[in-house]
Amino acid sequence: MKLKYKKKSLRYALITYAMVLAFYMVCEVMLRSGFMSSLMKGLLVPICYYSMLAVSLNLVVGISGELSLGHAGFMCIGAFAGAIFAQTAGAALPGWAELFIAIILGAVIAGIFGFLIGIPVLRLRGDYLAIVTLAFGEIIKNVINVVYLGIDSKGVHFSMKDSLSLGLEPDGVTIIKGAQGISRLPRNATFTLGIVLLIIALFIVLNLINSRHGRAIMAIRDNRIAAESIGISASKYKMLAFVVASAIAGVAGVLYSHNLSTLQSSSSNFGYNQSIMMLVFVVLGGIGNIRGSIIAATILTILPEKLRFLDDYRMLIYAVVLIVMMLFNSAPAAIDFRARMAAKFARHRNAGEVEDE
Amino acid sequence: MSSFISFLINGISLGSVYAIIALGYTMVYGIAKMLNFAHGDVIMVGGYVVFVASSTYGLPIWLSIVLSVVVCTVLGITIERIAYKPLRGASSLSVLITAIGVSYFLQNAALIIFGADTKSFNSVVDFPSISLMGGKVIISDETIVTIVVCILVMVLLTTFINKTKTGQAMLAVSADRGAATLMGINVNKTIAVTFAIGSGLAAIAGVLLCSAYPVLSSTTGSMPGIKAFTAAVFGGIGSIPGAMIGGILLGVIENLSKAYISSQLSDPIVFGILIILLLFKPSGLMGKQIQEKV
Repeated sequence: MKLKYKKKSLRYALITYAMVLAFYMVCEVMLRSGFMSSLMKGLLVPICYYSMLAVSLNLVVGISGELSLGHAGFMCIGAFAGAIFAQTAGAALPGWAELFIAIILGAVIAGIFGFLIGIPVLRLRGDYLAIVTLAFGEIIKNVINVVYLGIDSKGVHFSMKDSLSLGLEPDGVTIIKGAQGISRLPRNATFTLGIVLLIIALFIVLNLINSRHGRAIMAIRDNRIAAESIGISASKYKMLAFVVASAIAGVAGVLYSHNLSTLQSSSSNFGYNQSIMMLVFVVLGGIGNIRGSIIAATILTILPEKLRFLDDYRMLIYAVVLIVMMLFNSAPAAIDFRARMAAKFARHRNAGEVEDE
Repeated sequence: MSSFISFLINGISLGSVYAIIALGYTMVYGIAKMLNFAHGDVIMVGGYVVFVASSTYGLPIWLSIVLSVVVCTVLGITIERIAYKPLRGASSLSVLITAIGVSYFLQNAALIIFGADTKSFNSVVDFPSISLMGGKVIISDETIVTIVVCILVMVLLTTFINKTKTGQAMLAVSADRGAATLMGINVNKTIAVTFAIGSGLAAIAGVLLCSAYPVLSSTTGSMPGIKAFTAAVFGGIGSIPGAMIGGILLGVIENLSKAYISSQLSDPIVFGILIILLLFKPSGLMGKQIQEKV
């Protein structure tokens, strides 16, 4: 029994890795042979970080069962941690070393914030948890949006008013300029790096889910009281899932910041709308289904671009598609209808087999 | 001191708008157990209807407000019928995502119909401001009207819920949907009425909001919507007096922190206070503590 379970989860994981690798190879072939439009080229790295965000959010929403609406906040922390490093200590390093340290740094800092935010948040339930995560996401975004950070020979200067109040020496450099953010970033993220990070994230999440810890997390999701009564510490395991998810979101943020030349903590980049979009990936891909999250994130990142010929109607159609897909997927009537259709189809096939004999 | 009073009164006025929006959130949550993320966008539709009716077609202002309430009520019922009703019995998360889809739809439909440029909204009230304390405190006409309308809405709504049969049905559905069905209450109809009232209130909130902050665009409703949602949670989601108190407190906190601390940091302060409150009262100011049973 146990062996069977292991085999199934291993197969699921292998198919998922294979799918990502196949996608990578198809894209690489298209890139090399020049079949890919410049629009699609620009989407390759976003597909990677959105997939990572969807996978990590699925760990919180699907596996741990906590509705989080502030995932973009952790992405924001990772993005700024990575970008600040790239502008300071990392500037002297070669590209790959800078990226490597930035990624580690982004993961650690976002993970620490995940822990600190998790302490109050994970005490709450359901919709209260949702609004508090949304609140934290907005706080992170808004606070970073007013931060001014400069560095000179005397050290690091910090202000929340304007760049003048930093009081920099003549040789000083302003790194974060409030709402203008960080500019002149290296832009050295590549598609290959994105895929590698995505596979690492997948490896971590899938192994966590299929481990003893993962089963504990799912037991708490399904019945907290029952799980606690057999000695599973609910707060510890919920925190584990939350911190891992935050750290992965932080890495996605580092990838994001290394794919842009200017990083700003604006609403359109890290606002609650972004968190909601990640939630859309998770729900459309199937709650708790990691592979589904990647597929949904990929399709929904490409779809709005492919619908560009519709001009103004693009987002309208996107909204209609979203509603119709949700109705088709989740409405009890639609589920009944699909089950009936499947039964009918199966009957036909069985009838055919009987005739063959 | 005088400036403090005027900030306070403006805060109460802003809070009154939040309270009216939060009422819609909290009623729908209490009765249909769903977070209607599209609620904020109904506010925007309400604002646009008044704008078009009064500026383009030159209708008198009272008629355009009535029209706006009617349009939003119908819109609310339609949204419920098309997008939410088929999902009754599905997981709350799928309803949430559908609501987000509806929100995108309304925003982008407005963008196509009315264009991307922001419209300047003419205030719907026009009588002189009141000055108090020898002219030190000036209260604008919009502020007074907003506060008065908010009190009126509160009184009418409480009367409606406590005195009418439909109102009692709403309370019953919110307390226990299954038992209410067994008692012969038409749950579908009750939910539709709730959406109608919530959306009608959103239209009123839209008019008041656009009169006080006279710009109108397709995203006008989204941030006030989120703030009102925060207010509803602040007061204890599902509780009508809670939404009222939460809304007004939120407006006052926001306005005072804008005035005395930093205009850019007012949102983090509002959200920070929400977080601190929920740490000590995990179901909001007036929310019911639900005991978990094994």
